[in-house]
Amino acid sequence: MINRTRYLTQSVAKILIWIGALSTIAMMILILFQILREGLPVLHLGFFLDSPKNMGREGGIFTTIVGTVALTAVAIIVGAPLGVGTAIFLREYTRESKTSRVIRFGTDCLAGVPSIIFGLFGFVFFVIRLNMGWSILSGGLTLAAMILPTVISTAEESIKTIPSSYREVSYSLGGTRWQTITRVVLPSALPGIFTGILLSIGRSIGETAAIILTAGSSLVMPTSLFSPSRTMSVHFYILAREGISMKMAYGTGAALILLVLMVNIIAQWLINRYIRHRT
Amino acid sequence: MSQGSKIVTSDFSFYYDSTPALRNINLGIRPKEIFTAFGPARSGKTTFLKSLNRLTDLIPGANHTGSILLDGMNVYDPGLDLTHLRRRIGMVFDLPTPLPMSIFDNVAYGLRLNKMISKRRLGEAVEKALRSAVLWEEVKDRLHTSALRLSGGQQQRLCIARILALEPEVLLLDEPCSGLDPISTASIEETLIQLKEDYTIILVPHSVQQASRVADWAGFFLNGEIVEVGPAYQIFTKPADQRTEDYVTGRFG
Repeated sequence: MINRTRYLTQSVAKILIWIGALSTIAMMILILFQILREGLPVLHLGFFLDSPKNMGREGGIFTTIVGTVALTAVAIIVGAPLGVGTAIFLREYTRESKTSRVIRFGTDCLAGVPSIIFGLFGFVFFVIRLNMGWSILSGGLTLAAMILPTVISTAEESIKTIPSSYREVSYSLGGTRWQTITRVVLPSALPGIFTGILLSIGRSIGETAAIILTAGSSLVMPTSLFSPSRTMSVHFYILAREGISMKMAYGTGAALILLVLMVNIIAQWLINRYIRHRT
Repeated sequence: MSQGSKIVTSDFSFYYDSTPALRNINLGIRPKEIFTAFGPARSGKTTFLKSLNRLTDLIPGANHTGSILLDGMNVYDPGLDLTHLRRRIGMVFDLPTPLPMSIFDNVAYGLRLNKMISKRRLGEAVEKALRSAVLWEEVKDRLHTSALRLSGGQQQRLCIARILALEPEVLLLDEPCSGLDPISTASIEETLIQLKEDYTIILVPHSVQQASRVADWAGFFLNGEIVEVGPAYQIFTKPADQRTEDYVTGRFG
């Protein structure tokens, strides 16, 4: 009798878990299929390399690709060192204390703030207050603030998993704290830190609201950090929202998916190569 | 007792916050001998080793009274260069702790920290250290593969080589064979006996048997105190203190 109940529990649990996993995969396939079915036929070399014409009804998406890459680059170049630095501070320079708890609570709160709020802050602070206007710089800095919590918490988690014996070894061989961090802690934490940065790249590429408020939505080719710019996601949003061209919107969507896929494949390859090299 | 000693501890006591871990340790450790600090778990042996090269500094709330002299120099002198101290007193831990990098980079790690060495001399120093730790023949063809792929015994000898590369004066070994099979243990013990020609060695053995095999001088630790200290043959064959005898003969432990 007891055995039958246990057997039943097993089977029910197994079925529920399978349903969960399968529906996740089904949802993912459905989304990809929908976008790629409509979008892939639009894609050809010119679509990637030509600038948009007539508000995006014709031509390609080249300027938005440049905008996306530039904004993401600014966000990562500014956000990653700040975030990793904060994580190092929390893990290696302070013990669990009031200060570290306040910082951690702050970053946790920031992680839950909707991106539009970051956009509003960026608009008020970078665009108006610092007079940087709608620009790649304003947008990039706003994105940097937005990704900080992700970078900090993934980097901190990653640093936390490094055995304290590594540190002891480094100190016992005469290493200073800084040498220990740069030669032992960070190299070991790198794959985890990199994963956090990868997530941040994804979030930056996908962001729309905060970018419209801080970088604008100009289709003109950006020439400097102070040029306004439109990213692919914003382009997609405007094309679809304002009914300019669903065909081009799907094309942009498909291109976005390919971009994110490419970034992930390259990153995974790099991480695996790095890990293999070290073990 | 302090005449001719490499390390002298005087009334050294050590506390984690207010919990005492070591009480009134008075020892003279002679150069070019193997001193074994043995005793049951939690008797303060590891704390004793780590307070010699001040790795205990990493532990929050640690404090001490009394003094430890290395060649007459106070280890806890506030003006002391900690990096320099730790290069003079190398430490091997209870579990092999290769860093996740190549064999070569592991041995070169300490040497590179002060950057005062040319590439050619670095290669020579690494080879010399690996030879001294009796590991060279086994790894000379794969110096640039990861140290994590070595066997446990090889990893532990690598850790010894990593320290020898710095040409220290004192070696601290904290149960260096605890995770190893008997054959690897024998090879580490042989290595230690070779090394004592050049170094002062302080060993926390993982068994009384090991202590009696390699020690020249031995101190029995119990509850943070030294019960008895003397020449190894005396401690292991006719100890003066009843507690030492009980421990050595296996009546408790």
